[in-house]
Amino acid sequence: MRHIISILLENEAGALSRVAGLFSARAYNIETLTVAPTEDISLSRLTIVTSGTDAVIEQITKQLNKLIDVIKVVDLSEAPHIERELMLIKVRATGKDREEVKRLADIFRGHIVDVTESTYVIELTASGAKLDSFIQAIDTGLILETVRTGVCGIGRGERILKV
Amino acid sequence: MTMMTGAEIVIRCLQEEKVEYVFGYPGGAVLHIYDALFKQDQIKHVLVRHEQAAVHAADGLARSSHKVGVALVTSGPGATNAVTGIATAYMDSIPLVVISGQVPNEYIGQDAFQECDTVGITRPCVKHNFLVNDVRNLAVTIKKAFYIANSGRPGPVVVDIPKDVTAAKCKFEYPETIQMRSYNPVVKGHLGQIKKAVHLLLEAKRPMIYSGGGVILSNGAEQLTRLTRRLGFPITNTLMGLGAYPATDRQFLGMPGMHGTVEANLAMQHCDVLLAIGARFDDRVIGNPQNFSSLPRKIIHIDIDPSSISKRVQVDVPIVGNVPDVLDEMLKLLDAGNASPDATVLADWWQQVEEWRAKQCMKYRRKKSVIMPQYVMEKLYEITGGNAIVTSDVGQHQMWAAQYYKFDQPRRWLNSGGLGTMGVGLPYAMGAALAHPELQIVCVTGEGSIQMCIQELSTAKQFRLPIKIINLNNRYLGMVRQWQEMFYGSRYSESYMDSLPDFVKLAEAYGHVGIRVERPEDVEAALKKAFIEHKDDLVFMDFITDQKANVFPMVAAGKGLADMILTEDL
Repeated sequence: MRHIISILLENEAGALSRVAGLFSARAYNIETLTVAPTEDISLSRLTIVTSGTDAVIEQITKQLNKLIDVIKVVDLSEAPHIERELMLIKVRATGKDREEVKRLADIFRGHIVDVTESTYVIELTASGAKLDSFIQAIDTGLILETVRTGVCGIGRGERILKV
Repeated sequence: MTMMTGAEIVIRCLQEEKVEYVFGYPGGAVLHIYDALFKQDQIKHVLVRHEQAAVHAADGLARSSHKVGVALVTSGPGATNAVTGIATAYMDSIPLVVISGQVPNEYIGQDAFQECDTVGITRPCVKHNFLVNDVRNLAVTIKKAFYIANSGRPGPVVVDIPKDVTAAKCKFEYPETIQMRSYNPVVKGHLGQIKKAVHLLLEAKRPMIYSGGGVILSNGAEQLTRLTRRLGFPITNTLMGLGAYPATDRQFLGMPGMHGTVEANLAMQHCDVLLAIGARFDDRVIGNPQNFSSLPRKIIHIDIDPSSISKRVQVDVPIVGNVPDVLDEMLKLLDAGNASPDATVLADWWQQVEEWRAKQCMKYRRKKSVIMPQYVMEKLYEITGGNAIVTSDVGQHQMWAAQYYKFDQPRRWLNSGGLGTMGVGLPYAMGAALAHPELQIVCVTGEGSIQMCIQELSTAKQFRLPIKIINLNNRYLGMVRQWQEMFYGSRYSESYMDSLPDFVKLAEAYGHVGIRVERPEDVEAALKKAFIEHKDDLVFMDFITDQKANVFPMVAAGKGLADMILTEDL
């Protein structure tokens, strides 16, 4: 099962490598990992998408909590939440493809943020699954480059991850 | 407030923490610290011969005394040599503070002389580590290091200090206490869970208590003993937990696991309620977890580390908390309810347990012509009155010591149970000898293990440590040989130890007493000579033992606990 784990940790040198190292040392998988400071710059918010049985996910949260720099751990996917990922995708855009690609970007509510005679860069923010569908929808031959931030997420309503 | 250099601050912090001994080895990056050490006489420095031994010795001091062990090493190779010691302490949750020198801040990342990424290298084998870039953070970081090392589930903490930080000056202020928003270990167990546990225990038909190193580390032996006697249940102590419950008591079934007794293993396997205390269902203890879980039983698990609970075996009643606190609560509940288990039900269970015990699985055949290693352990137990601190290395001798030396008190048995590090025995004995000058200190080892830290005979001489080394010398890496005999068609690949030194001469070369013992009838006299006549000397006893002796019972790796191989001698 896919899980989105959100971690609040001290914004200190090496804190990220403690988290990443834990995953590799204990053979847990990381699908995506995003991290950035929060409104309080002494804190970082880290989001990891991982998968595993319930027992493995329980161990992951316990092991994360054990890290000295980690303040709080929440499995976002346990309750209603919002997940978003940003993708920049550079595509070949010539001839009739120019219109077609633009139309597709519109359907997915993407923005074309860079235009040349032969290329577009499309910016797309959505759930990871939706970004996957965009990639599937577009002619793979046109894709020149993709870059994705990995998932970040937040609980809905009064579910708040704070110190 | 006076201005102090970083080096002076380091030493002052150690003084504030009431550190008596620092085990270390000087080098370029820690020269300022060694200079500050020179200018005081409160902290004694023990100069080891290899940094690995510095950490092991600090670890031995910690294991035997419930103090934080402290080691001091230089950058680069000093730190990398310390890694085995740090990983050993980490696996057994031993509180250590390891201070390492680092190249100056401005050189970091430049591949400077004796530079290595100490924080990076040690990260997976420490409870936490720090790189102190600024002298103003030094005192508070060292305070944090001691606090983290010795609270919650203990463990080693590395403090890496660049050389320029040890020269820089700032005002010294040592915090009384530390508050960390990200680290607040639980102490008290959840009362509802404890009630549930007590209820289960009282209802049990075939109860069993299984306690591990956590009981020793948390100083919970007294509570464990009271609870076990109050309930009248059978109990087993793991390799790391030996001494938490008196081994000479009738309720004690011996050690469980790969080389555990028949009665301990079968009681673990067939009980209907298992009370696990400060133990972690290690693969060497329960064997195959699928096999172990295939029988229905309710498990209560008390541990200070939530991640140890339901890690390898699903638990029914988890209790996160400090062992003595939780056991006190349990005893209170039992007393308040004036409740006791049903005596008749318990008697039936004991009858079954006694049947298993009657198999006498630890019997072995004595031989006239050659010394049996088990016999040496029995005699050692007799002659030391069971009161010595016994350290061991790793291998057959370790198992024989654990099986045949009956530990009645905690912190008397020191060995590397988790990482299984050969070479710990002598440095552990050094740490224990310094912490307990009033006790007899014995290092049980083999001719393989002892050579992994043999250089420490020199340190032991310098500090006049009257350690008694029991070398069970069978000219083989015995445990490797045993597995090769049993699982590899007796192909003894690289397990024969050729060209061994003359250990008696070697001991003498270091200024110690050496005794070789080759015949069974000389064992007792040799031990007496060592422990009485040479009470104040380090004595290296080289026992030439049976080459074919194997450790039994044995549960092969990956097998279930009931699947024991017993000695062929019976």
